[in-house]
Amino acid sequence: MTSFRLNGHDVSVDVPDDTPLLWVIRDEIGLTGTKFGCGIGMCGACTVHVGGRATRSCITPVSAVQGAEITTIEGLDPAGAHPVQEAWKDLQVPQCGYCQSGQIMQAASLLHDYPQPTDEDIDAVMGGSLCRCMTYIRIRDAIKKAAAATRGEPSNG
Amino acid sequence: MPVGTIAISRRRALLGAGGLLMAAMVPLERSRAATRIVEDQTGPFAPNAFVRVAPDGSITLILPNVEMGQGIYTGEAMLIAEELDVGLDQIQIEAAPPDDAYITKALGTEATGGSTSTIATWTSLREAGAVARTLLVRAAANRWMVDAASCQTEAGMVRHGPSGRTLSYGELAIEAAALPVPAGPVALRDPSTFRLIGHAQHRLDGPAKVAGTATFGIDIRQPDMKVGTVAACPVMGGVLLHVDDSAARKIPGVRDVLTIGNAVCVVGDHFWAARKGLEALAITWDEGVNSTVSTETVYRGLHEALQGPAIVAHTKGDAKGAIAGAATRVEAVYQQPLLAHAPMEPINCTVHVTPERCDIWVGTQVPMRARDAAAEITGLPKDKVFLHNQYIGGGFGRRLEHEYVTQAVQFARQVAYPLKIVWSREEDLALDRYRPAYVDHLVGGLDAHGKLVGLSHRIVGPAVVARWAPEALLPNGVDDDLLAATVETPYAIPARFLDYARREAPGVVTAWWRGVGGTRGVFVIESFIDELAASAKVDPVEFRRRMTGDHSRARAVLDLAAEKAEWGSKLPEGVGRGVALQYVFGSYLATVMEVEVSQMGTVRVRRAVVAVDCGRVVNPDQVVSQIEGGLIFGLSAALFNEVTLEKGRVQEKNFNTYRVLRMNESPAIEVHLIDSTEDPGGIGETGTAAAAAAAANAMAAATGRRYRRLPLTGAQA
Repeated sequence: MTSFRLNGHDVSVDVPDDTPLLWVIRDEIGLTGTKFGCGIGMCGACTVHVGGRATRSCITPVSAVQGAEITTIEGLDPAGAHPVQEAWKDLQVPQCGYCQSGQIMQAASLLHDYPQPTDEDIDAVMGGSLCRCMTYIRIRDAIKKAAAATRGEPSNG
Repeated sequence: MPVGTIAISRRRALLGAGGLLMAAMVPLERSRAATRIVEDQTGPFAPNAFVRVAPDGSITLILPNVEMGQGIYTGEAMLIAEELDVGLDQIQIEAAPPDDAYITKALGTEATGGSTSTIATWTSLREAGAVARTLLVRAAANRWMVDAASCQTEAGMVRHGPSGRTLSYGELAIEAAALPVPAGPVALRDPSTFRLIGHAQHRLDGPAKVAGTATFGIDIRQPDMKVGTVAACPVMGGVLLHVDDSAARKIPGVRDVLTIGNAVCVVGDHFWAARKGLEALAITWDEGVNSTVSTETVYRGLHEALQGPAIVAHTKGDAKGAIAGAATRVEAVYQQPLLAHAPMEPINCTVHVTPERCDIWVGTQVPMRARDAAAEITGLPKDKVFLHNQYIGGGFGRRLEHEYVTQAVQFARQVAYPLKIVWSREEDLALDRYRPAYVDHLVGGLDAHGKLVGLSHRIVGPAVVARWAPEALLPNGVDDDLLAATVETPYAIPARFLDYARREAPGVVTAWWRGVGGTRGVFVIESFIDELAASAKVDPVEFRRRMTGDHSRARAVLDLAAEKAEWGSKLPEGVGRGVALQYVFGSYLATVMEVEVSQMGTVRVRRAVVAVDCGRVVNPDQVVSQIEGGLIFGLSAALFNEVTLEKGRVQEKNFNTYRVLRMNESPAIEVHLIDSTEDPGGIGETGTAAAAAAAANAMAAATGRRYRRLPLTGAQA
């Protein structure tokens, strides 16, 4: 039995220790906003926050999150209105949308660490999150817009 | 997330491993009507296959094409809503079920592909909305006993002008349903009065995709559902000889091991159990005749066919004579590789077969074909097969195939529970159906003034259409997809000769891939035009400009892109600027790209400027979005991608060996739209088609060498 907090709620699951957190979240707990893309930590679609850090849930065994605080896209903001999500909507980032939960979780983590990210910061942190629709240009703009909104500045994106 | 959701999740999770949650637990999407996709919403007023109005006031638009990122749910909803006179916040949308009413004529089946959706529905969906609106107005006029001409509509209401009375569409639904549908054409709005079309609208699927609540095929959950993952024979045409599943069945959570002719499926309580079970199998394949195929085999076959017989596909004038008499002869051979689709959402399909019916939850670009395959396998009549189309996490042509639906039904019919099949990324890449490899040979003749007088061209490669829609293969045996961008160009060329040597790729199934003919054709033609310009010692933009002849729209995009990109301005050492001009999918594009090639041969695309004339634009921001994404998609393939074969097996296993362009590698992109009143052209594949040629031409400008082989590498001579 592994216990952790998920989106502010206590959760216990009885699965083998090596089960990746991704499949616990998706198949056991039933929250499907976190996506499966590669299974080897190469694409970022499965990104969640573990203890506030962006983490690839597809290569994180559930045993490693015993007692941890985990946030998924569903728990990022109670109203789905985190500044990153708002910027994503304003700038019309998603196309197919499949990678965007992971992109948003990675971007939220980026802004926590770098409230005023440079292009280099964005490249360094977001370079591991793949998008096959290639929405990268809007992701970059939306991160800057979310950063400005968080600082309370007006922004043109 | 609703608190109730997690409470139930937790309780279920505490019940122990293997307990699957009820579908109802999937968090509800936000309440705004338009962000929901509903199914089987019936209402008495359904004047055609696209519009339903219920007495409770709910308005449902049924959209004939599937959403896979291209924004078509929003675009098609705009077409209907414009004429129906409802706001996008007043509607619900529904994916079309398999039905003749939703067939795309150009594709011969109910399909989303070939950048055809907006072209095909531009008139028909506006008419569908107008017919519905006409009947609702008549119903109101009848109730008020006034002339219908004295009634107006606005935002889902009919208003009688003189009296100011109003009725909502919902209040009129039952009476409107009793009226005969107009036999003749109904009047459509004057485009100058459009309030939606041509004005940027936010995507209807945007909020759900940002909240993580949009349901893709892979997210489907059904009561008692189990999850399976598959290993099919990694060599095409091979079959299963034997499987030892004794170790797999001992893994906690593994429930079943199922087999079909060429594949094994391990079923578990969750994906991880199934995956571990699959890895524990000992499978023996009969690999069949393709077990020796290599990449070398594929290319050798293509290059050999540059000599020998071919089908004449197109002629104009005496090209060979013109070339023979030309002052300068220019010749080049281009090679393009097999490519995988690699959408972010791996292949998946959920199927529940019972004696009475078969339900399929899947993201598919060909719902009718998928349904028909399921009917054939299960023996059920087609009307007992229910296909529920879902958001697709990236299509790019992959889901114009339905063999994974066939496979899922073959497995699911062996069990009583709903079975969700999810392929691993490795399976998704190894068992893809691939964009073909091609080799093209071009010869051009320039006169003493550097003008192209004749062009001879041989295409060698598979005919995808011969498998996908055999009836669409031209009577002479030519796949007309290969004529895109090669016969239909934005140029006036005095004499042309094009022939085609069909060579099917051994060891792989070839398929559509974002742009196929247009994408491969633009690379070849626009690379060669650049070589001709260089030979003629004429600036590449000017050389193209002189060739555009009657194609004024081509000239306009070329001039606009050149101007916006500051064509001719000085660039740093090692950086080159390249141009590509194209007319494919009914749209004109000019693309100027700046590429840096380092001394070590590292390629970096710095900037792209695209000018687009796609006729009348439905949702301008989504046109821009498709060009941005499509161009980088094309660059990703052009710079990095090649599927290779060894012993009949695809060697690229995951994103570590099938490299996808990343954010830090993406160029800045500017898109400039030309204001046009021409009928709409397609857009989803045009950016992709532009990428390789513009990049190769920019690299040539940077280094003075030509790049005739994809993927492009800086070291290529």
